[in-house]
Amino acid sequence: MSELALALRQVRYQNRAFWRNPTVAFFTFLLPLIFLVVLNALLGNDEGQLPGGEAELSNFYVPSMAALSIINACYTSLVMTVSIARDDGLLKRVRGTPLPGWAYLFGRIVHTTLIALLLVAIVVAFGAVFYGVDVPGKTMPAFVISVAAGAAAFSALGLAFASFSPNAEAAPAVANGTILPVLFISDVFVRIDDPPRWLDILGDVFPVKHLSEACQAAFNPFETGTGFEWLDLAVVAAWGLAGAVLAVRFFSWYPRE
Amino acid sequence: MIDAVIEIRALRKSYGDLEALKGIDLVVRRGEIFCLLGPNGAGKTTTVEILEGHRNYDSGEVHVLGHDPASRDRSLRERIGIVLQSAGVERFLTVEEVIDLFRGYYPHPRPLDELLGLVGLAGKRKSLVRRLSGGQVRRLDLALALAGDPDLLFLDEPTSGFDPSARRGAWEIIAGLRGLGKTVLLTTHYMEEAERLSDRLAIIAAGRIVAEGTVGSLRKQHAGTMISFRAPLEMPGFLREGGLLADGRVTLETDEPTRVLHEMTHWASEAGVELEELRVAPTSLEDIYLGLVGSAEVASE
Repeated sequence: MSELALALRQVRYQNRAFWRNPTVAFFTFLLPLIFLVVLNALLGNDEGQLPGGEAELSNFYVPSMAALSIINACYTSLVMTVSIARDDGLLKRVRGTPLPGWAYLFGRIVHTTLIALLLVAIVVAFGAVFYGVDVPGKTMPAFVISVAAGAAAFSALGLAFASFSPNAEAAPAVANGTILPVLFISDVFVRIDDPPRWLDILGDVFPVKHLSEACQAAFNPFETGTGFEWLDLAVVAAWGLAGAVLAVRFFSWYPRE
Repeated sequence: MIDAVIEIRALRKSYGDLEALKGIDLVVRRGEIFCLLGPNGAGKTTTVEILEGHRNYDSGEVHVLGHDPASRDRSLRERIGIVLQSAGVERFLTVEEVIDLFRGYYPHPRPLDELLGLVGLAGKRKSLVRRLSGGQVRRLDLALALAGDPDLLFLDEPTSGFDPSARRGAWEIIAGLRGLGKTVLLTTHYMEEAERLSDRLAIIAAGRIVAEGTVGSLRKQHAGTMISFRAPLEMPGFLREGGLLADGRVTLETDEPTRVLHEMTHWASEAGVELEELRVAPTSLEDIYLGLVGSAEVASE
């Protein structure tokens, strides 16, 4: 079997194992929808300020929950599953076979990315059906590219931070401890109208806000162009690249001793 | 050497200040079951992990099937199978799915049904891995290691934690590998296991090989009878020289048990000393092993 065929086969088996664990599958898919419903109920789907004018806030929630879905499916789940698999000796076992290391990681990353895409599709469909949020038309290419860039970047960051998680027990703390604070300062849950300047700057440093804004542009009813937010995508890509470099440098197949 | 599957020369490895391997030489020949025997922390796992390509070494020469395992050649990994002491498996795949997944990694895999039969998991082929018992998972480990029909198989303490009947079952499976023409390197800290399975063995203690050979040759190097008793307060000179004192007992190895016993009991009854807990028994491999390991550990302290 060629290396590529082996890598694609890994995706298939990862996928099969994922759906066999219905609890994980159920909550992975439910989480962004719960957030979408709760945020709409809690903060109201009134008109609010979006770049360019006033519109119903669900035009903001849908793309921001799409961004959250990507981060959750790629970053959080990779930090946890890879760190648990390493601690378990599963990675070590694979390392002793002829399967190329990249093919194994490809299997994990592509699988989580596919899950992320499915999640995004569900969130968008849910928003269209229940909140009347228009599915992007002209801005669809920009949305797809943003989602893909986000999935790649947050997968790379997930692998990098899995390398920094010393053991399986630490994985949830590492995953949540790194991502939750950033989510809150990145306008994902709430649009903060007048944030303190330092918080605004801090939010700009991290990739979450940029991914969220890149997705939002595609859903903004006042968007007149193609919806590509190149600067945001560049920041996301830079973080992804940094994550990839760190992952290559620090990734380990062996449980820490 | 033509038929050497593993060749190690002057292998050294340190972890910080701790010298785990202090210059090991070892040869494993094609088709044999070779046991690396030693207590925990002696350097068994370090040696095996270097051979498997999981660990780098500091100096020396290592050849496994003609490759340096540190170079991590894929062609080498296609020819070896590894059973680690403990290693996770994807828990939400079935037994046959996991075996099939691993078979796909190798150019010439063994047939699925044959693997299932070999390790006795045919009845569990549709079970999810998470539903298997501990012993069944260990057998799955072996099936996965054999999936690529390897020339060389590493078994790192394959029966530790087994109950006696499971251990016997595992021994039968491992002994059966001989019939497949595989070379097996097995580590264990059970002397009985080495005695039962090995064609040749090496004893490793405190980072050095302290004995090597067949079970028979090891026996021959040691006296056939062991006499021991609780050490009395007063001891005659001939005992102090020849007897090894451990745990408050005097232990003597001898090939002339009749003469030694006669001298001892003669002296004892003359001196009015009781040889408490006197024991006379053929020297067991366990005794030889403990003697070698004990003196190596004392020497390294």
